[in-house]
Amino acid sequence: MRTALGFAAAAIVFAVLAFAPFYLDAYGIGLMIGMTGYVTLASAWGLFSGRTGYVSLATVAFFGMGAYTVAVLNETLPYPVILLVAGAIGLLVAVVVGFSTLRLAGVYFVIFTFGLAELIRQLVTWFETTVTGTLGRYIFLPVGPEHIYWQLLVLCAATLFITWWVGRSRLGLALRVIADDEVVASHIGIDIARTKLALFSVSAVIITLVGAIQAPRWTYVEPAIVFNPTVSFLTLIMALLGGASRLWGPALGAIPLFLLFEWLSANFPDHYSILLGLLFIVIVFVLPRGVAGFAKDLTRRRPGGTPAAPKLDAAPLGTESREARS
Amino acid sequence: MTALLSLSGLTRRFGGLTAVNALGFDIGEGEVVGLLGPNGSGKTTALNMISGALKPSGGEIRLRGEPIGGLSAHRIARKGVARTFQLVRILPSLTVAENVLAGLAFRGEPLWGEAARDEADLLLRKVGLEGRAGEAAEQLTYIDQKRVELARALAARPSLLLLDEWLAGLNPAELRTGIDLVSHLRDTGITILLVEHVMEAVRALCGRCIVMNAGTKIADGETPAVLRDAEVVRAYLGTAHA
Ligand SMILES: Nc1ncnc2c1ncn2[C@@H]1O[C@H](COP(=O)(O)OP(=O)(O)OP(=O)(O)O)[C@@H](O)[C@H]1O
Ligand SMILES: [Mg+2]
Repeated sequence: MRTALGFAAAAIVFAVLAFAPFYLDAYGIGLMIGMTGYVTLASAWGLFSGRTGYVSLATVAFFGMGAYTVAVLNETLPYPVILLVAGAIGLLVAVVVGFSTLRLAGVYFVIFTFGLAELIRQLVTWFETTVTGTLGRYIFLPVGPEHIYWQLLVLCAATLFITWWVGRSRLGLALRVIADDEVVASHIGIDIARTKLALFSVSAVIITLVGAIQAPRWTYVEPAIVFNPTVSFLTLIMALLGGASRLWGPALGAIPLFLLFEWLSANFPDHYSILLGLLFIVIVFVLPRGVAGFAKDLTRRRPGGTPAAPKLDAAPLGTESREARS
Repeated sequence: MTALLSLSGLTRRFGGLTAVNALGFDIGEGEVVGLLGPNGSGKTTALNMISGALKPSGGEIRLRGEPIGGLSAHRIARKGVARTFQLVRILPSLTVAENVLAGLAFRGEPLWGEAARDEADLLLRKVGLEGRAGEAAEQLTYIDQKRVELARALAARPSLLLLDEWLAGLNPAELRTGIDLVSHLRDTGITILLVEHVMEAVRALCGRCIVMNAGTKIADGETPAVLRDAEVVRAYLGTAHA
């Protein structure tokens, strides 16, 4: 019953949003595109990071790959095929990267994903300057802003639906078990690596598609534009603010923050970065609960979590914690 | 007739320390075997290798003749090996029922949905937790957490159940309940290897005992005889009074 009501409410919201371009001017549509884009990015980020506790700064790596794929292929392939290719590239990179990095714990994963975005940007730059001899490409696609908006809206709805579905599937249970105790997870038959990889890939493909769909907004694209690390940080802070592990959390964080950032960059273009940094700090300090709730997921083994046993034998504590790391 | 579980030359080294040294024994279908030994003698390490939590440094582990040594834990679990942990490990943020559902959902033949909920109820009744399905696992008392852990292990419908000091830390009344519970399991024909320091439980539950000391097997036989064995007594007294 509550599920049906939720679906009805969501359907109405999305239907109303779908009509927005008929009532808005170009600036308004642009704003809606940016907002829907970030809601989708933050939701896709939360789908993986909010449920696994892995803080990813690779958002812009995938976002940029999506956009750049469109820039490279926009004159050779039909538009729908380009989107498919972009999604496939995102999937491929996610699987390769996921395989090699999802073993990394905590802060190492954060650093790696940040490095990944830079690496890909440098690779693309190097390839363009030394092999193709171009730096910067033009995108000429007959895709109007309202079409970009509608595509993003569909992707956004799909992302929320996938997130909802994961929450009540076996995959969702597997993720909660993994977040609670990886040793138990593996001993009841959960393939931890594959579970994380599956989720990382789904999230990465969505993020890649956001980049690909938004690409026609820029008529001129170069690596520094589409691989701008700010995208990763914004996505992260939006999802954390709203609650990364909740279905609507990232959306609730993304909407006000996006509007705020828009306003800041319009009114204080020179001090935008500084204000952004300050805002990050303020959010972390003012909202310790929202962020702390997430941080709790990060500390998967909680030292105080198991109630004290009345009279356990001498050694077990040490043995168990060593075992947990094996 | 191949044994259900068969270890040979099983060895695990941690740096210079050989925690388990050339351990070998067979366990037949339906047997309930006690694995004893003083603290640090390698019992948990042996269990960890059987369940896949640790990779052996050498030797073989076979389940119904099939080598499983060195496979990852989730593969071994899906082949029907379930375990509990020396320090009870429930899933704290899940409910009691969800803890058991987790045991059902990822086994070799997964169970999910309505059928899984019914099965979970059945298992909770079996371990004495009927009507507690919705409670937060974290809030349970120590013995009830142990019950949840057992129900989760049983959910796998294991052909081999490994219990690591499942009866440790219980008060005398709880211990009786615990022993009764395991002996019910034994009567259903499930094969159990249990590590245990509580002699009362070992005598009540295990037809056969294996004793380890400093990583090696020093005795293996019928429980009363093994417990009288001079070397066994020395091994225990040696550490207890050190
Ligand atoms: N992961 C590990 N790394 C290093 N040493 C370990 C590890 N696990 C166990 N050991 C060592 O191996 C030896 C055997 O430990 P194990 O936990 O198997 O003993 P046990 O027989 O289960 O003892 P207890 O009765 O106290 O539970 C001990 O000396 C222990 O310190
Ligand atoms: Mg032990």
